[in-house]
Amino acid sequence: MSAPIIETHELGRDFRVRDGVRRRTVVAVDRLSVRVAPGEAVGYIGANGAGKSTTIKMLAGILVPTRGSITTCGLRPVQDRRRLARQIGVVFGQRSQLWWDLPVRDSFRILAAIHSLSPVAERERTDELVERLELQELLGTPVRQLSLGQRMRAEVAAALLHSPRLVVLDEPTIGLDVLSKQRLREFLVAERRTHGTTLLLTTHDMGDVERLCDRILLVDRGSLVYDGTLAGLSRTVGAQRIMVVDLASPAGDLVDVPQTRHVGSEGSGMRQRLAFDPEATTAARVLAAVSERAEVLDLAVEEPDVEDVVRRVYASRR
Amino acid sequence: MFVRTYARLFVAGFRRQSTYRLAALGGLVANTTFGLLKVALLFAAVDAAGGQLSGYDVGAMSAYIWISQGLLGSINLFGRTDMAVRIRSGDVAVDFLRPVDVHLATIATEVGRSVFALLPRGLPSVAIGAFVVGMSLPDDPAAYVLGALSIVLGIVVSATTVYLVAATGFWLVETRGVEILYMVVSGFFAGLFVPIRLFPDWLHAAATATPFPSMMMYPVDVISGRVDGAESAGLVGLQVFWLATTIAAGQLATRAGRRRLEVQGG
Repeated sequence: MSAPIIETHELGRDFRVRDGVRRRTVVAVDRLSVRVAPGEAVGYIGANGAGKSTTIKMLAGILVPTRGSITTCGLRPVQDRRRLARQIGVVFGQRSQLWWDLPVRDSFRILAAIHSLSPVAERERTDELVERLELQELLGTPVRQLSLGQRMRAEVAAALLHSPRLVVLDEPTIGLDVLSKQRLREFLVAERRTHGTTLLLTTHDMGDVERLCDRILLVDRGSLVYDGTLAGLSRTVGAQRIMVVDLASPAGDLVDVPQTRHVGSEGSGMRQRLAFDPEATTAARVLAAVSERAEVLDLAVEEPDVEDVVRRVYASRR
Repeated sequence: MFVRTYARLFVAGFRRQSTYRLAALGGLVANTTFGLLKVALLFAAVDAAGGQLSGYDVGAMSAYIWISQGLLGSINLFGRTDMAVRIRSGDVAVDFLRPVDVHLATIATEVGRSVFALLPRGLPSVAIGAFVVGMSLPDDPAAYVLGALSIVLGIVVSATTVYLVAATGFWLVETRGVEILYMVVSGFFAGLFVPIRLFPDWLHAAATATPFPSMMMYPVDVISGRVDGAESAGLVGLQVFWLATTIAAGQLATRAGRRRLEVQGG
């Protein structure tokens, strides 16, 4: 295995918060030990307040750890902040790195100067990002006039302009419509394929995790509770898939299909939802059993919802 | 590389300010109005003193009034800065994610804005004053060269000093109190209301122990030719001293403050 791009050992961070008149200590991250290899795409998930953003800030060098050690791109984030900044790109979904009152193009130029890109490298990389993120028409528009979806695409381009080895995205798709999310994800997949970029993203959007990540780190109250694939996570908590069937005519609830659980019916039974465990049966078998009972016009299979998976993990730990 | 980066940030500040033309016009109108008010008050004071007040005659007083009014768009005497807002909101985290010295990058951008403001506010203000009221200006071209240097130094000292107000935000989070204190003291000691020469000795001594006269009073004295060559060089020397002092303090505050930074929210 090559040298890890992120390595933490027993990493921890406390915050002192005022609680009325008294002050108390809140442990935001605790005993976090993780290795991420170059080229991986890691989803860092957990509820609000689980410690995700705190971890990201520590690995980017903008927050000093209370305990433990952390190495990012082989550097010490706090001490080597400026060297590290040349190798990582960070997108905070809720903070802008663009110059609010200037055209998008100006922000790219300023960032290219900040990162000391040569004129050739600047032009090539800007062209590449403009094309892939479809920014051509936005280049002359002041940032304050962009829609959220447009701004996020410009933000991602800004964070990736210096071709960082590690890209960290903190809730990059928050507030975006379905199409904008889709475009952003496709871009990230392509970026990773062509440049071998390592991705680390925090999100509440399970679509992001499913389409972008091949590894999941799940945190609960500051501690790592799962490290592995999404499928593995679903399996561990026994997450079920849902089959949605549209029937030709109204029917009674399909409560007797083997190995399934009837979840709900709409339109006097024209559409029904059945949950099944992929370990115990298959979609084909469930469909066959349903077809024996009613005429099926259409169907869809829903993957386990990761929010639901996370909820189950949390519930099992409390 | 170093120069290119900070030059870009300077240009960014310059261009940002250039997008607010209507605000610049509003600023010029306000500067001119208050300039005329100062003319009425201070000319009366000079007349009452028999045509000479602490070395100022009417022509020198007019030069003081219009140059200082013209610098108002470029010198921060309010204490409010983008940096303070960014520290409070946590957006300063983005600044620390860049391979730059955050302190110097902030100064470069601020100075860019201030230099731009000389165009729509500084020069017209002096022109209006010269045309409407008349003023005495030096004949020696060397005075203008040193004067231009002194104005640039004044602008930079203003940015490096007000940065220190913003930097208190690393510890205080809410910096409005410090900003108000700065506003009260800075305008008075910078010579915004009356030239500091008119202060009683003890107050004049207090003013010169601060960086504030370096922002406005000294540049006005140098470029208006009110002080002679040797004294001008001395005032520019004082500006350089305050520049070095405030930059050193800003570097220390940023370094210490970064470790305190907890980045609000998100």
